Amino acid sequence: MGYPHEPHERETVVLSEHFGDPAARTYDGWVDRGGYRALEKALGMEPQAVIDEVKASGLRGRGGAGFPAGVKWDFMPKQKTRPHYLCCNADESEPGTFKDREIMRWTPHALIEGCAIAAHAIRAEVVYVYIRGEFTEAIAVMQHALDEAYTKGVLGRSAMGSGTSIDIFIHRGAGAYICGEETALMNSIEGKRGNPRIRPPFPAAFGVFGMPTTINNVETLTSVLHIINRGAEWYKSLSLSNPKSTGTKLMSVCGHVAKPGNYEITMGFPMKELIYDLCGGMRPGRTLKAVIPGGSSVPVLNREEAENCVLDYEGCVAAGTMLGSGGMIVFDDSADMVYQMMRIAKFYAHESCAQCTQCREGTAWMVRILQKILSGRGAIGDLDLLLDVGEMMTGKTICVLSDSCAAPVGSAVRKFRGEFEAYIKGARQPAVALV
Amino acid sequence: MADREGVTLTVDGMEVTVPKGTTVLEAAKQAGVLIPHYCYHPGLPVAGVCRMCLVEIEGVPKLQIGCATPVAPGQTVRVNDSAEARNARQGVLEFLLINHPLDCPICDQAGECELQNYVFQEGRSRTRYSPTYPKRFNPVEDFGGDVLYVPNRCILCTRCVRFMDHVAGEHVLNVSERGDRAFIGIHPDRQLDHPWAGNVVDLCPVGSLLSKDFLHKARAWELDHAPSVCTGCSQGCNVNLDTRAHSVVRVRPRPNAEVNSHFMCDHGRHTHRAMNRGDRIEAPLVADGDTLVAADWDHALARAAEIITGSSGSAVALVSASMSTEALHLLKVVLEGFDVTGAFRVERAEGGEEPLAGVPGLALRSERAPNVAGATMLGYEEAYDRGVEAIRHAALVVVLGEDLDGVSPDLLQGGGNLIYLGAALPEVARSARVVLPVTTVAEEDGSFVSRDGRVQRYFQAKPGPGMARPSWWVLGELLAELGRGEPLASAAEAFDHLASAETAFGGLSYERLDLKGIRLEQRTAAEVTA
Repeated sequence: MGYPHEPHERETVVLSEHFGDPAARTYDGWVDRGGYRALEKALGMEPQAVIDEVKASGLRGRGGAGFPAGVKWDFMPKQKTRPHYLCCNADESEPGTFKDREIMRWTPHALIEGCAIAAHAIRAEVVYVYIRGEFTEAIAVMQHALDEAYTKGVLGRSAMGSGTSIDIFIHRGAGAYICGEETALMNSIEGKRGNPRIRPPFPAAFGVFGMPTTINNVETLTSVLHIINRGAEWYKSLSLSNPKSTGTKLMSVCGHVAKPGNYEITMGFPMKELIYDLCGGMRPGRTLKAVIPGGSSVPVLNREEAENCVLDYEGCVAAGTMLGSGGMIVFDDSADMVYQMMRIAKFYAHESCAQCTQCREGTAWMVRILQKILSGRGAIGDLDLLLDVGEMMTGKTICVLSDSCAAPVGSAVRKFRGEFEAYIKGARQPAVALV
Repeated sequence: MADREGVTLTVDGMEVTVPKGTTVLEAAKQAGVLIPHYCYHPGLPVAGVCRMCLVEIEGVPKLQIGCATPVAPGQTVRVNDSAEARNARQGVLEFLLINHPLDCPICDQAGECELQNYVFQEGRSRTRYSPTYPKRFNPVEDFGGDVLYVPNRCILCTRCVRFMDHVAGEHVLNVSERGDRAFIGIHPDRQLDHPWAGNVVDLCPVGSLLSKDFLHKARAWELDHAPSVCTGCSQGCNVNLDTRAHSVVRVRPRPNAEVNSHFMCDHGRHTHRAMNRGDRIEAPLVADGDTLVAADWDHALARAAEIITGSSGSAVALVSASMSTEALHLLKVVLEGFDVTGAFRVERAEGGEEPLAGVPGLALRSERAPNVAGATMLGYEEAYDRGVEAIRHAALVVVLGEDLDGVSPDLLQGGGNLIYLGAALPEVARSARVVLPVTTVAEEDGSFVSRDGRVQRYFQAKPGPGMARPSWWVLGELLAELGRGEPLASAAEAFDHLASAETAFGGLSYERLDLKGIRLEQRTAAEVTA
């Protein structure tokens, strides 16, 4: 199988095994493919044993921050005095990221199974799957699968006859990027404006509806069932570079490569090989210029950095960027980095929730400076100003949206300064389109 | 405070010990360091959004917001001593000024604007925001009630939204839109007409929410401020009277955690109108046949004393529950020896109380006079009709601040000798033998007793008109004229007179009352006899 193309022989196909296989979407199809065995097994285990297994696997959050999933689960109160909640973050809105959508489209039961295992582990009775509103197809597929799961007794008062009550509800997002931030997501579920909350209190103490809550990404939760099925040792062995990064990672590669799409790699896979082998290299006649490896929120890598980057959490940090969500945006030599940065900044300026001063005003200011440079009216001082504004926006706000705007723009100014200067000095024709 | 355990920390080199659970911002205040802030307000839930109060805490990698960070033992906080924190604040100020118009010359908030103040204090001297970029523009919006919204000046601190949501409990405001297009939105079918909505104007750190009543009336630096007590009802909210050119232009709440937190109602805000009334008596008047003739104080007081000495038997005292406790007490002393019917009346609002949901024990009370408790404690009864009826058989009638609504001129003419003490002279009282002009709450020092028995001082905000004098002074002079003591030199002496005569007030003095007042029932026996 494989979608949109057959898996490359160097991929490690775990999560994406059934991508492109419509039969896997149904309950029967999923069970035929070994589905719900992990959930059955997990329901027979003590919740703490599930947590320990996931801890031992080294699985880290796939949403961007890379926090160890088992450790996060362990933060939940051991004595349950109030309802516990699990939120599945399926608000995949990070530009360049489209892995969770494919998981939900092709293997909805895998996500349901992962959610149920996690719910059992953290003693949550209710799971909210917060799906980005634009994912209409994914929502329809998920809802159908959910209905089937209830009909077949997988979920409900006694999940798979175990006596454990697990309910899963789908919550549709309404189009705000910020609702993918875990505390904003909780506010959104509560029916409030999707504004990130100040921490502490942390979700494990005061989460959705004020109750202990864990929020995990779709890919994280889906990975859990494979850990339960095949064991922590197997998962831990999936590591090509740093032992702290284990398992497989779905990389959504988009931009100027010959074959864009999702590629499932083992942690520690070289970025160079992902681009040139798996993705078929650059478009004919073009050369690699830059890569943003973790969705648009992380620093840009130039060609040399990208070709030496190892795709795991540590490798990306060593290269001066972050693995983030694994949404790789690849630019070839035809890309105008000034324009690209303006587009990225514009996205963040549009999506800023308007709470924090630095983010609300800073993101819009960056757009204006970049537009001014693009229109040929920039001054050399604007480049230092961009860096300084970025500095003022970094590490000072409630969530990291502000930092996410400053990181790519700041790194691009440093690494592609010549392109910015070309506009300022008149060596490049002013760009007409500003949107 | 449940936990009295102290936490000692250092703020800019100043050591301070505060209760556990205190925020760094509040602890710094106690150490004498004001951490600049916008969204934080002690009367509202913490939002942590303006990011102005970022401080450096030793051992913590990133700057932390003072408003949401609890103190920890041995913490070292740097506010002004930290270049990083100063830079961060300067950054916030620069960001805020991007979309904030520089229309301070026509802005009501200028002079008491927290943005203006902090920019002057520590902002950049020039913006780096190119002047060719347009600023965000939205038209001025009438929020209803007394509130105008000027969105261009808004810095989105959300104090107004949090006040309405969490304190007033009426969800009419929100943050609409996102990013730098955001503004404060109001429910499309609703108005900001909650009885306590006017507080959003005080809470607004900039000139974005304005009072229509105060609009363009005065510049902040022209105003004088006098601590006072609201006369709108019996709650006793602490207020400041803001005066300009001897006219009270604004009444604003003065924080008192035990009475009104940081708030006051819109009804109380409007009490300043009565303080500026133009129909005042400016000289003592003495009856000469059928007409009242202006006289000097010596003459008028002598005449009043003569009338009192010449009367015997029963007397009626019709008083207002808006007069100072001192005056009510001294009148009682003046009338010693008579068989006195002392009565007052209170306007009672039909709607009942208007509570402020988020502050327990705080409401606009239905009895709309500030000193009902004081008058009652001194033996006056809320029995106006009985008092009026008693005029018929009284030898002496003394009116103190009561406007005599509904009393027939014939009754007054047929009754005993009338001495009228008031700020204005109602038509029916023209039959008085002597009229003694007194000052209003804005023009004298005095005290009220609020409904929960709290004795609170108010201070003179402006001079009285003409020869009008505080009622404690007038009654003190009258007592001296009657040969019953030395004249009183100050309101404090008048209060001492009260405290020595009335056991309920025993041991109290102006000095002890200070600015926040003392609740009578909460005093220990030792304090009463002190």
